Amino acid sequence: MPTWPGFDAMSLLRSDLVIIKEWIAPGSRVLDLGCGNGALLHALHEERQVEGYGLEIDPKNIASCLQLGVNVIQSDLDKGLDDFDDQTFDYVIMTQTLQAVHFPDHLLQEVLRVGKQGIVTFPNFAYWKNRIQLGLQGKMPVSRALPSQWYETHNIHLCTVKDFQQLCRARNIKIQEKVILDHAHRASAPITFLPNLLGQIAIYRCQRGE
Amino acid sequence: MPKSIPADSVGLVAPQTAHFDEPIELVCGQTLPHFDLIYETYGKLNAKRDNALLFCHALSGDHHAAGYHSMEDRKPGWWDGYIGPGKVFDTRRYFVVCPNNLGGCKGSTGPNTINPKTGKFYGPDFPLFTVKDWVSSQKQLMDSIGINQWAAVVGGSLGGMQVLQWAIDYPDKLRHALVIAAAPRLSAQNIGFNEVARQAILSDPEFHGGHYYEHNVVPRRGLMLARMLGHITYLSDDAMRAQFGRDLQTGRLSYDFDVQFQVESYLRHQGSSFVERFDANTYLLMTKALDYFDPAADFEGGLAEALSQTQAKFLVISFTSDWRFAPTRSTEIVKALTDAQRQVSYVEVESSEGHDAFLLPNSYYTDVLNAYMAGV
Repeated sequence: MPTWPGFDAMSLLRSDLVIIKEWIAPGSRVLDLGCGNGALLHALHEERQVEGYGLEIDPKNIASCLQLGVNVIQSDLDKGLDDFDDQTFDYVIMTQTLQAVHFPDHLLQEVLRVGKQGIVTFPNFAYWKNRIQLGLQGKMPVSRALPSQWYETHNIHLCTVKDFQQLCRARNIKIQEKVILDHAHRASAPITFLPNLLGQIAIYRCQRGE
Repeated sequence: MPKSIPADSVGLVAPQTAHFDEPIELVCGQTLPHFDLIYETYGKLNAKRDNALLFCHALSGDHHAAGYHSMEDRKPGWWDGYIGPGKVFDTRRYFVVCPNNLGGCKGSTGPNTINPKTGKFYGPDFPLFTVKDWVSSQKQLMDSIGINQWAAVVGGSLGGMQVLQWAIDYPDKLRHALVIAAAPRLSAQNIGFNEVARQAILSDPEFHGGHYYEHNVVPRRGLMLARMLGHITYLSDDAMRAQFGRDLQTGRLSYDFDVQFQVESYLRHQGSSFVERFDANTYLLMTKALDYFDPAADFEGGLAEALSQTQAKFLVISFTSDWRFAPTRSTEIVKALTDAQRQVSYVEVESSEGHDAFLLPNSYYTDVLNAYMAGV
């Protein structure tokens, strides 16, 4: 990412990452699972003095992180977070990653073992247009939030807002905050009223229950 | 021999020698009354003196990291692919310093130089030095050149171990630490290989207890065997299969012990050419420095504790097919750094070239280094 006077790294941040950024307390320690090109960690470091690491597996993304000066550790999330001790980060962030790993249930528990809080985002598979594509047209949904065809998508464990909340209840995970948005990451009154039907992107902040 | 010097080469270079007249006390308890370090530099030190990179060489490396000594040279320096104008370590931006380590055999004080006490070669009397000793002697070189802080200290294999030691011993003297294809300490298997190499040298009848210089011989067979063994550990099974397979030199089996498979010919060539350029006493001492390296041993809390006071930003790189210092050895370093809440990035580069990969061309490795160096 280029830097020059007046350059605003945030302008290149996806809007869901802007929301997440607001949730992170200044000076905290963060682990970003599947950190992509490092834009979130870079912004957090620049604006909130956040320290931490991004975990990433894609070589191009890793090079982008290094270019940005973001600490990135090449690793395969399917192998878990064994190299990190319990409660060593204030936040463990997982944006658009949960649905792409082999063991989302296990990884979610790992997130809350390593981090005091977890921040998780995923595409809501129960969005009404997805339901129409699957239920009426009989096809796997393709949308702006789910842009890939079934045979080329990285998403292997898609879930719905309802599914995720059920898992949290079953695993004694306490949801502290949630935001459900449309594909452009905008909130609206109808979505708040019917999140599982009208929402396309779900963002949760959670921690282990008592 | 280069017909002409390539545009991205540092060109013709000449080593310099720094003399240090103060005694240096070594970890083993012995003292060298004075010592020389031979070194090369490429690029220019800027006015702020903050663009200097230190390169630490590996077991059989030396101060000649890039460029050519003469138009007759067959090959450039050992890391020429990565050091030069417009290359990863861009000599238009950085001032590169690369010394031959203390105890080496290429011009720094070592077993093949004269012991002032006896007027004879040090030979086997040269004290056993450690990675820590190398780093403290390199620090003296740094002071003599007038560099206050390295922009980065860089090294592969045994060189990477020196980088770790630098970050631990002189936390404020380097901003970046590039630890490539290294390990936090040797495994039993690693030490085992080193021991076989040493025994090959020590049991050569021409070793003469290390005093072979006075007998005008070299323990050629021993050093050759040591190198042949070492060389196998630098390559991967796949790389050897791809390069040699079971190809025969003459096309048929001859039912004797002459060279038949091409891999035998290659290893013998590597061994015998090594004898021409390396000293057996230095090889013994260098392998011992490798065996002894264990910075965590000085700290009760282990490696994380050892690294807890470091200030440098780390880049750790490993190679998938390296089995001498496998990727898991690098992740031990990374785990210690993250446990100590230090700044670290880690990349595992896909390569079929084994341990030697850190010296060889590789586009992803180049991309990674370029991306990282943009912030150095």
